[in-house]
Amino acid sequence: MNEMVVPADLAKDHDNNFFGGKALALGKMIRGGFKVPFAVCLGTKAYDQFVDSTGIRGRIMLELGRKRFEDMRWEEIWDTSLRIRSLFNNTPMPDDFKKFLQEVIEPAFKDKAVVVRSSAVGEDSANASFAGIHESFVNVRGLESIIDRIKLVWASLWSDGAMLYRNELGLKVEESSMAVVIQEMIQGQRSGVAFSVNPNDNSQTVIEAVYGLNQGLVDGSVEPDRWLLDRKTGSIINHFQPARDKIVTLSSSGVAIKPLIAELALRPPLNENELAQVYRLVLTAESIFGAPQDMEWTFDGSDLYALQSRPITTPAKDNDSSRIWHMNLRRSFDSLKKLSIKIEEELIPGMIIEAVVSGDLKGLTNQDLAQEIEHRAEIFQKWDEIYMTEFVPFAHGVRLFGQVYNDIMKPKDPFEFVELLAESEMLSLQRNAMMEGMVARIKETSDLPGSLPLSCDEILNKMMDAFLKKFSGSFGGDLLARDGLLKILLEMTNYQAQKRIIDANGLINSKKAFLAHFRGEERKNAEELLDLAKASYRLRDDDNIHLGRIQANLAEAEKEGAKRLGLLHSISGVEIVKALRNPHYVPRNDMLPPKRSDKATPRQLVGQPAGPGIGSGPARVLRESSDLYSFKSGEVMVCDAVDPNMTFIVPLCSAIVERRGGMLIHGAIIAREYGIPCVTGVPEAVELIETGDMLTVDGYLGVITINRINPEKMK
Amino acid sequence: MIYTSDLRDRIFNLLESQSLAVLATQKDGQSYANLVAFAVSDNLQTMIFATSRSTRKFSNIQSNSLVALLADNRLNRPADLKDALAVTAIGKAMEANGAEKEKLSSMYLDKHPHMSDFISSPNQALIRVNVSKYIVVSNFQRVLEMNVDE
Repeated sequence: MNEMVVPADLAKDHDNNFFGGKALALGKMIRGGFKVPFAVCLGTKAYDQFVDSTGIRGRIMLELGRKRFEDMRWEEIWDTSLRIRSLFNNTPMPDDFKKFLQEVIEPAFKDKAVVVRSSAVGEDSANASFAGIHESFVNVRGLESIIDRIKLVWASLWSDGAMLYRNELGLKVEESSMAVVIQEMIQGQRSGVAFSVNPNDNSQTVIEAVYGLNQGLVDGSVEPDRWLLDRKTGSIINHFQPARDKIVTLSSSGVAIKPLIAELALRPPLNENELAQVYRLVLTAESIFGAPQDMEWTFDGSDLYALQSRPITTPAKDNDSSRIWHMNLRRSFDSLKKLSIKIEEELIPGMIIEAVVSGDLKGLTNQDLAQEIEHRAEIFQKWDEIYMTEFVPFAHGVRLFGQVYNDIMKPKDPFEFVELLAESEMLSLQRNAMMEGMVARIKETSDLPGSLPLSCDEILNKMMDAFLKKFSGSFGGDLLARDGLLKILLEMTNYQAQKRIIDANGLINSKKAFLAHFRGEERKNAEELLDLAKASYRLRDDDNIHLGRIQANLAEAEKEGAKRLGLLHSISGVEIVKALRNPHYVPRNDMLPPKRSDKATPRQLVGQPAGPGIGSGPARVLRESSDLYSFKSGEVMVCDAVDPNMTFIVPLCSAIVERRGGMLIHGAIIAREYGIPCVTGVPEAVELIETGDMLTVDGYLGVITINRINPEKMK
Repeated sequence: MIYTSDLRDRIFNLLESQSLAVLATQKDGQSYANLVAFAVSDNLQTMIFATSRSTRKFSNIQSNSLVALLADNRLNRPADLKDALAVTAIGKAMEANGAEKEKLSSMYLDKHPHMSDFISSPNQALIRVNVSKYIVVSNFQRVLEMNVDE
């Protein structure tokens, strides 16, 4: 089994394909005489054996096969990654394989704490740095925990960042594999990194150091002392001293950030002699590897350990801003907490103010209307940008919680954690409650003998006024919206929405069960994380609603412009503005729908399973807002993206199908609240499905089967 | 992912890339499947293959001309679940004769030049399938249909 596992000192160059770059570097360092914590390397064959014997390899292919990677939204990549992680987490190690690992791990480490690190093939080579993309776990103890962490390191081959990076490098997913290094944990008192060559000045060497473990330095939560040294002589050119106030130390499981004791805060973690030792270490590494090195090291007492070494890679050119944006979504807990305050206290109130528009569009001159369209477009553009840069990263709070919850609870449904977040009152649920109130009023009054027409019911009218005022959005304030609302309310009186009653006791129990895994300080952190996730989840909905209103304001102004000019909806706002300003200008049809084959008909479509359950009924394809008012109870809602302003008809739906993908988007969230089957991320859903097609929506598998009853419609 | 806009091209490219397809026939309620070397016309309306008149498939077609053909590009690897494309053609089979046979033979031999002896044997029939519909499966379960008989 020497292709399966070797002590690190035996990992050789030609084994790169079996043991990955990190293991190879450890082997070289040990043979080069460095003091390196004892390690064993679990080869890619172990990964292959696990995914093949458990069927995970095929299941990953099915997950990735739903649609082209390039066609997935950021949320879908996250979701796919979470589902794959859950596969690894929930699949037990086969008995014979576990026995094999036991025979390797127990004699090597006994009850010592270890670090379980990724060592992907191609990782840490000069051409590609996967630094920070795959996972590593520190302070892991005992066979069961080590095995659990090995599986999570394997799963990190499929983390969102890793998939994006491999896609960018053009690596085939089916050829991806992962080796793992299990290394004795050294509880260093001073740690850091060293660059044999300063990437900004090749005459210098850089050394950074912190008290405690270097996890805080690597993830940016502890600011290090930083020395610039003359590369030739090792003499100090510059020493940057931060406000030393934090230290990362071992906790009962993993690591924790604590305040640094005052005495240590006064002096740098390294003296000149120690600095010289680190300098010699990194230059020796450079000569062993034959290229400038980026090293991690730690001092345990006076012993200097080399933890890992990799070639310095020049940062990739900004050739894929979407990946960089995506990678920046991974925020630490602390930065999410700050973002939470900014969003709740500054951004959401700002959005609410700017969503209010004044004045009657009909009373404006064409020139003024053009200006109003531009003004509203500007507001929308501003908030749309803030949405991408602030709100979307904040949504990551939910993910962070989901990952912690799944690692601990190992639930069968990887999105079970959403239930713990749903107790918070969301704006759309308030809206639905208002609608239920109006439905109750209609039922009440229509039961009265000799009841008047609904339009004469003052109480109902007031309720409708309040509703339209609060949730005008794409409803607009016109009569059509009022009539449409009444139509939907009447439809609702005939239909018993299948709202799922969330079992409050069950919810309290799952929360307790989750929190019971934490003690003391960690318990407090877990509660804080849950609160952050709840805020993140709640605001995920509210930000969409407010953005929806701002967008509707723009649409309303553009619609007025188009109406005055006698134009179709397929003209962009920019063209409308030009034509309003200049009566001689002929606007271009610049928003024509893409050409498509007229002969293709769908039989079965695939998306992401976003709300469990099977639902069937005739399709109602929502192409414009007026389609909403024709909605009949029991129909399947098919749309491009569940607009926040559409969610009020969700209680009438037998299922939801959406082109836009994700588990934590509007449609999916509301569908889950109501227990309605939902499939999101279905390419061309709106183009392919026709209103009236009979659909069967499988929300477990993410599949929609289409029965077109009248074949004449196909032509 | 097969989008409707490139459906026709994807069907054609798949059929061009594969030399064998599974032919499904039926007689007396019993279905039967076998491999045939096939060719397809540019407009996708015709598929052709050759068979001896003494075969089970020929006899089945004589009794029931409604057939299906399946071609796919699976490689018998896990990634097939993600990448494989399968195209089923449904249509009506009949033996080609006379001038039509000559024209179709030349089209067939363009794709399978090594079959010249095979199709020139007097016992061989050249079968023409008038395809009415293609059913295309990608992404394991995404199924689109395209009519071609209009």
